[in-house]
Amino acid sequence: MDNKNHWSLYEVFVRSKQGLSHRHVGSLRASDDEVALQNARDVYTRRNEGVSIWVVKSELITSSQPDEKPEFFDPSLDKVYRHPTFYNIPDGIEHM
Amino acid sequence: MNQTVLAQFLLHVGDSQLILSHRLAEWCGHAPELELDIALANIGLDLLGQARTALSLAGEIEGLGRDEDKLAYFRTEREYRNLLLCEQPNGDFAQTMVRQWLMDLYHLELFTALSQSQQADVAAFAVKSLKEVKYHLRFSTTWMERLSLGTAEAHEKTQQGLNQLWRFTAELFEQNADEQQLVAQGILPDFAPLKAAWAAQVQTELQRFGLSLPDTGAYRSGAKQGLHTEYLGFILAELQYMQRSYPNMAW
Repeated sequence: MDNKNHWSLYEVFVRSKQGLSHRHVGSLRASDDEVALQNARDVYTRRNEGVSIWVVKSELITSSQPDEKPEFFDPSLDKVYRHPTFYNIPDGIEHM
Repeated sequence: MNQTVLAQFLLHVGDSQLILSHRLAEWCGHAPELELDIALANIGLDLLGQARTALSLAGEIEGLGRDEDKLAYFRTEREYRNLLLCEQPNGDFAQTMVRQWLMDLYHLELFTALSQSQQADVAAFAVKSLKEVKYHLRFSTTWMERLSLGTAEAHEKTQQGLNQLWRFTAELFEQNADEQQLVAQGILPDFAPLKAAWAAQVQTELQRFGLSLPDTGAYRSGAKQGLHTEYLGFILAELQYMQRSYPNMAW
């Protein structure tokens, strides 16, 4: 524990019965990794929501910054040729 | 005769779960962290579910027409059969964890053995409870480790909790003469080896935690005779108030 008065923040990911991948469900505080896992079990899977849990310290996540949005995301907006929208889909193919 | 003895035994188990669950519920809104608040309530609700099964089963076997609610709400202090350990006040978080850890180890031994019972309902009750108890023990062990091996203050408080509660542990696997009859029929396990296994486990773990057993000659018991400490009456007053004031009310 880095600070005796404050527990670390953890992000919680739960894989549900139907789901293939773990989904971010929220965050919580815990004194260490094992406690984080137990807390996640108690806080986020009490009503039979999950079959697997990941917890990770929030500080270990590297995230994109809001003010980088223009160079990060905008370039993909105006190039329609990046999207596979120019194919003719044969009759009889459903759910595309 | 046998039916009465088995019903009384199930009341002993179920009452312990019910009272312990009530104690854990008292932490609601008061635990050191929100996450612990939820965890303690969760364990309490598990125990409440187990108590419901035990009391319902006791009522059926007893055959006097008392269901789980009748048994929970309309018995007096002297008719309650819970372990004295369960009714002890929460104290601080460390003391609550010591009590929980001692009880979880007890439940683990008890339900592992009871799951072999020749009485099918009793075995089913034990199997179902065992799954929950294994998680409870994981939780309480985690906290026993962190408190006893953490800061000096936490260690001291955990030791104090143990000193406070140890005298109520002697009756944990008490088996009376009537119950011996059920042991012969394979309905109940012999408690002597369970007690030995429990004590060995407690010793080993306490060594790992750097905690020591208090010297005490003054063990308290009375669960199976309905002789309680001063605390049970207050718990029942709270637990039974509604049904005593407005019998058979529902919402």
